Amino acid sequence: MATETLTAAATAGGAGPRRSRGGIRSNENLAGWLFVAPVIVILGLFLLLPILMALWVSLTDWNGQGSPFTGDVPFVGAHNYTQLFTEDGLARRDFMTSLRNNIYYVAIVVPAQTVLALGLALVVNNRMLKGKSFFRSAFYFPSVTSSVAISVVFLFLFANSGAVNALLGFLGIDGPEWFADSRGVLHLLFGVVGVDSPPAALADGGPFGLTWWDWLAGPSVAMISIITLVVWTTSGTFMLMFLAGLQNVPVTLDEASTLDGASRWQRFRYVTLPMIRPTTFLVLTLGMIGSWQVFDQVYVMSQGDPAKTTLTPAYLSYRTAFRDFDYGSGAAISFVLFLIIIVLTLIQRRALAERDTDRPRRGLWRRRVPERS
Amino acid sequence: MAVLTDRPAAAPARRQQRAARTLATRFLGYATLVFFGLVFLYPFVIQIGNALKTEPDAAANPLSPFPDPLTLAGFERIFAGTNFPLWLGNSLLVTVLVTIGRVFFDSLAGYALARLRFRGRGGLFAAVIAVMAVPGVVLLIPKFLVLNQLGLYNSYAGLVVPLLADAAGVFIMKQFFESIPVSVEEAARIDGASIFRTFWSVVLPMAKPALITLTILSFQGSWNEFPHSLVSVQDPDLFTLPRGLADLVSGSLGKGTQYPLKLGAALLATIPVAIIFVVFQRYFVRDANDGSDKG
Repeated sequence: MATETLTAAATAGGAGPRRSRGGIRSNENLAGWLFVAPVIVILGLFLLLPILMALWVSLTDWNGQGSPFTGDVPFVGAHNYTQLFTEDGLARRDFMTSLRNNIYYVAIVVPAQTVLALGLALVVNNRMLKGKSFFRSAFYFPSVTSSVAISVVFLFLFANSGAVNALLGFLGIDGPEWFADSRGVLHLLFGVVGVDSPPAALADGGPFGLTWWDWLAGPSVAMISIITLVVWTTSGTFMLMFLAGLQNVPVTLDEASTLDGASRWQRFRYVTLPMIRPTTFLVLTLGMIGSWQVFDQVYVMSQGDPAKTTLTPAYLSYRTAFRDFDYGSGAAISFVLFLIIIVLTLIQRRALAERDTDRPRRGLWRRRVPERS
Repeated sequence: MAVLTDRPAAAPARRQQRAARTLATRFLGYATLVFFGLVFLYPFVIQIGNALKTEPDAAANPLSPFPDPLTLAGFERIFAGTNFPLWLGNSLLVTVLVTIGRVFFDSLAGYALARLRFRGRGGLFAAVIAVMAVPGVVLLIPKFLVLNQLGLYNSYAGLVVPLLADAAGVFIMKQFFESIPVSVEEAARIDGASIFRTFWSVVLPMAKPALITLTILSFQGSWNEFPHSLVSVQDPDLFTLPRGLADLVSGSLGKGTQYPLKLGAALLATIPVAIIFVVFQRYFVRDANDGSDKG
């Protein structure tokens, strides 16, 4: 390919007096492709090609034996997908349970980490306080550590005789056996008002093979400990994003509203919040995209147990493929998850692109880009 | 100011009130900082303390950071009773290779996308942006399939090669190269330096901040990488630290919870990143900031 490009460019440049210029162009053409070649090969071979391969496997019943790309592997069409949605059975029940778990997970993690991150950013951004950079680093540190290592720490914190239960004990509360407790938090709340067993109306007949009662379980006690861990590790990153947003709020605006007699809350509500709306949007959408990918913590802390209440689509797809050797179903679950995340990403990019028409490519990607200055 | 000229008599009282409020705010601010400082750091304190405890002590006093008695038994068993040294070696090898690969390949591609005019550049950049949106967890089965097909499953190559380049790194480098004035390179090119030569000895030295950022991100990313090792190797001799750690937790230790040992192993796995974080903090913090500040 490289030689072809070279010859083509050389022929094109050969006509007329612009010869030498054409030479430089062809040179750049070749160099350009050579420079990007390693990245193209690696990403093509280990990212794009595998996605296509998995797409094929998701249409088969490959069980891990031999190659999935021979005629011996039974082709089943869209069956792996339909059994997730339309056929009553274990596959659909597990998948729907994992969706339910992840929906509750997102519903708690995203607001919690956003509020916590904004709160921390506001405190750290306070001009009157000293030692802020130390605390900023302290809040951010959990974000850079290994998810596996930190999960080990939280396994200990939430152990039956662990630190969290010891702390609850000081307050006179008898802590639960976190990772053995599959009771849903909403079910527990219903229990408080006297509804311990499903009312007849909810006992069956819910959508997609789960009863309404099951759908309304809420996150399990075990899931709450994973949620705590994730909010704790991600808030620091989002705090930094909010900090950057806050630093763009002109000080004069804040002062002007103070002089106008606005209270602290009014200033926050009517000056600060509107000014950092783009950041808030970014944090919320990044949070949602990230929360659908929870995997490491589930793998280390609970493996989907107890009673499948910490099963998430990401973990279910892994388990289906690598433990049950049903690679077709596992891949199908991955692609459904892929679709959910891509839709969220597209919504985000569309909204950010509209906002940023005057400064292209901002926010198209996540954090960690040195600015053009 | 307006208030002062308006009603001078009320000024001292109001000033006093404001001073009191400032003091209260400050106190509340520090209280919040300290409270959350504890929330975010105390788990690590507990981790260190309990790694140095005996098992019954850890079970009885999980909140206390002080071991009684202090013992290194947990750490001794990490090195004598598990494959920790092997995992450490594997992790070091993988991290070093992946970091070198990413810094070199991502810079090359980033430079080409920023500076070299070649056919297909726009499409390639769009592809890089698209690839960044692909979530890692949906690649578990795909990666396994391709490694299996290429015969790289269960090998060091399988652990390392797929991670040798990443789209986000290419993006970082491209953005940075675009911020460097083009005149220096043009001077070098006119003097007859080849494109690679210009890139290597003129442009790269100017890109030091971006290179440091990318090195740190790659190091941290590959040191902590877990899902990839889960689907690329199965042989315990090829486990990296996160993989080995996950294996310890899932019960390969045998009887007992052995929390001091597990916490100690997790601690050792955290230390390299912690050191890098402390030393190169401003790079970490600046990166995360730059993602969302003004353009």
